[in-house]
Amino acid sequence: MQTKVENNKAWFLVMPVFLIVAFSAIIPLMTVVNYSVQDIFDPYTRYFVGTEWFKQVMLDSRLHEALLRQFIYSFTILIIEVPLGICVALMMPTKGRGASLALILVAIPLLIPWNVVGTIWQIFGRADIGLFGAFMNGLGLDYNYSSNPTDAWLTVVLMDVWHWTPLIALLCYSGLRAIPEVYYQAARIDQASRWAVFRYIQLPKLANVLVIGMLLRFMDSFMIYTEPFVLTGGGPGSSTTFLSQSLVQQAIGQFDLGPAAAFSLVYFLIILLVCWVFYTTIMNMQKDK
Amino acid sequence: MASITLNALAHTYTENPTKPEDYAIREMTHVWEQGGAFALLGPSGCGKSTLLNIISGLLKPSNGEVLFDGKRVNELKPEERNIAQVFQFPVVYDTMTVFDNLAFPLRNIGVPEYKVKSKVYEVAEILELSEQLKRKAKGLSADQKQKVSMGRGLVRDDVSAILFDEPLTVIDPQLKWKLRRKLKQIHEQFNITMVYVTHDQLEASTFADKIAVMYNGQIVQFGTPRELFENPAHTFVGYFIGSPGMNFFEAELKSQGEKEALMFGDHEISVSDSMLARLKNMGANKVTLGIRPEFVHVWDGKNDDAFPVDVDYVEDLGTYKILSFLFHGKVMKARLSEDQKVPSGQIYVSFPEQWTKVYVDEYLVDLTAHSSEDDMNKETDHAN
Repeated sequence: MQTKVENNKAWFLVMPVFLIVAFSAIIPLMTVVNYSVQDIFDPYTRYFVGTEWFKQVMLDSRLHEALLRQFIYSFTILIIEVPLGICVALMMPTKGRGASLALILVAIPLLIPWNVVGTIWQIFGRADIGLFGAFMNGLGLDYNYSSNPTDAWLTVVLMDVWHWTPLIALLCYSGLRAIPEVYYQAARIDQASRWAVFRYIQLPKLANVLVIGMLLRFMDSFMIYTEPFVLTGGGPGSSTTFLSQSLVQQAIGQFDLGPAAAFSLVYFLIILLVCWVFYTTIMNMQKDK
Repeated sequence: MASITLNALAHTYTENPTKPEDYAIREMTHVWEQGGAFALLGPSGCGKSTLLNIISGLLKPSNGEVLFDGKRVNELKPEERNIAQVFQFPVVYDTMTVFDNLAFPLRNIGVPEYKVKSKVYEVAEILELSEQLKRKAKGLSADQKQKVSMGRGLVRDDVSAILFDEPLTVIDPQLKWKLRRKLKQIHEQFNITMVYVTHDQLEASTFADKIAVMYNGQIVQFGTPRELFENPAHTFVGYFIGSPGMNFFEAELKSQGEKEALMFGDHEISVSDSMLARLKNMGANKVTLGIRPEFVHVWDGKNDDAFPVDVDYVEDLGTYKILSFLFHGKVMKARLSEDQKVPSGQIYVSFPEQWTKVYVDEYLVDLTAHSSEDDMNKETDHAN
């Protein structure tokens, strides 16, 4: 009878991956977990507080408001950016010099650092020196993003649409280019209308890139920090204070590391949950039957 | 349903064509009669698909016209030509059910839903897709998908013609013949003009009544499978049709005293006197002779009328054997029947006069040209 030889060398082969994941995800995350269940004054003075911080965070009405604001914000920009991105992609030329030119033009906003985007819009939106602000006021509207919450929202949303619609557009553009010509030919022979071509050929073939695009846009917008921070600083009042900014205020402004850690974990779980629900729903919708 | 006429048609992809090689389709005039099943056969890159796309209107020809039932359709878009086309790779609308896929062309032209329903059920029945009607098209196998794309062509009543662009390329071999038979059946049932593009001679000859062989952007012969086999009009047809293709060798017309003779080295190849007279008339000194391996006569013993040749090797293909031999330094092939003894060393072969074809500048010198054309006309009269 042959006995199986135990060979533990295989573990060494897994080690590098384990180490990388440990350093990149597990260890930082565990630090946060560590803070979220203890009250730490200095490295030698610490008290275990259990779920205390989590309770506090869950009951904090400021965070509730920020969370609601965050959801409305992410939802709004998805509603605008996805259809707009598809439209831009459909209108982009497919051949020749025009195609390269369009690609470069569309990609430009993506190349600008986030804090610069905030600065650009901060100036662009000012009524005294900014084109956009001056234009709005020229129309007779009393536009002022630093005193009117609606105007602040409008500007933050507009900034995000300007900055990130190109991402959706580029993803869709590549998706559209991947559709074989023969599909369009078949559609012509079937006498399909332009809408039918979009609905039954282009949209289904774009589904996969759109899922990726929407996930990326959801995660990024849900974590947005830099641009609104530079543009409005979360104001006026707290009308454009999103979750990240609340977190930073708590952790760095007030140095409440315990609640901030608990908050981080909840924040992380919300993103994970929403992405998971979104992804599984879409994937199930695509399945046969 | 319509007859399709190509009138002085030519197409080029280059902007300023100067020489014949610049043309993907060289000027041709050709008629596909109403209700026929035709194949367009040729090697990759000979212009078959280009020609098909010109007929369906996906491509605009650079010169000449396309006529459906005598009416010029050059200016009509594919959607206005009422043509169905099945592509090499099956095109289905993934997110729709099979039913919706088949209904799609009808709904696009605003056919009332009750008619759509009956028509789709009818076509699904013919294509054996009834069971799959409620399924999403995405999950179908390749052959079912291809049937769906065919079905989209069949649901419309008034379709002028169905064009097939190598539709069986992605289908498993055992399903190929089944689908091909289905096509044939559909053709008999609907009496629609069908043009079937392929590079497979077997596919072409099992599907079509008449095959157009295309080579370098030209239709070099249009005839029944039998005509293509027995009387190739162009050396390419001889080479491309048949397995293995025709044997070709160069011969020279020489005068021997009073008489003319076709000489291959020291050997005189026998052809009819009228052929010799014709060649002399044409002033052709060098000709290409072609004979099919099936018609090369291999003698069992020594024969004074036959040429002595050396056996190179014999390939056993199961039901028959292919003999390769060296005739005056030229490798040629002959097909041996099952019961024929396998020769070796020096053997004797002869080329029956009837099956020795003479080509000048790649084209057949056909002494019976007129009578065979009459035959063709008779055939088409019959078909109509």
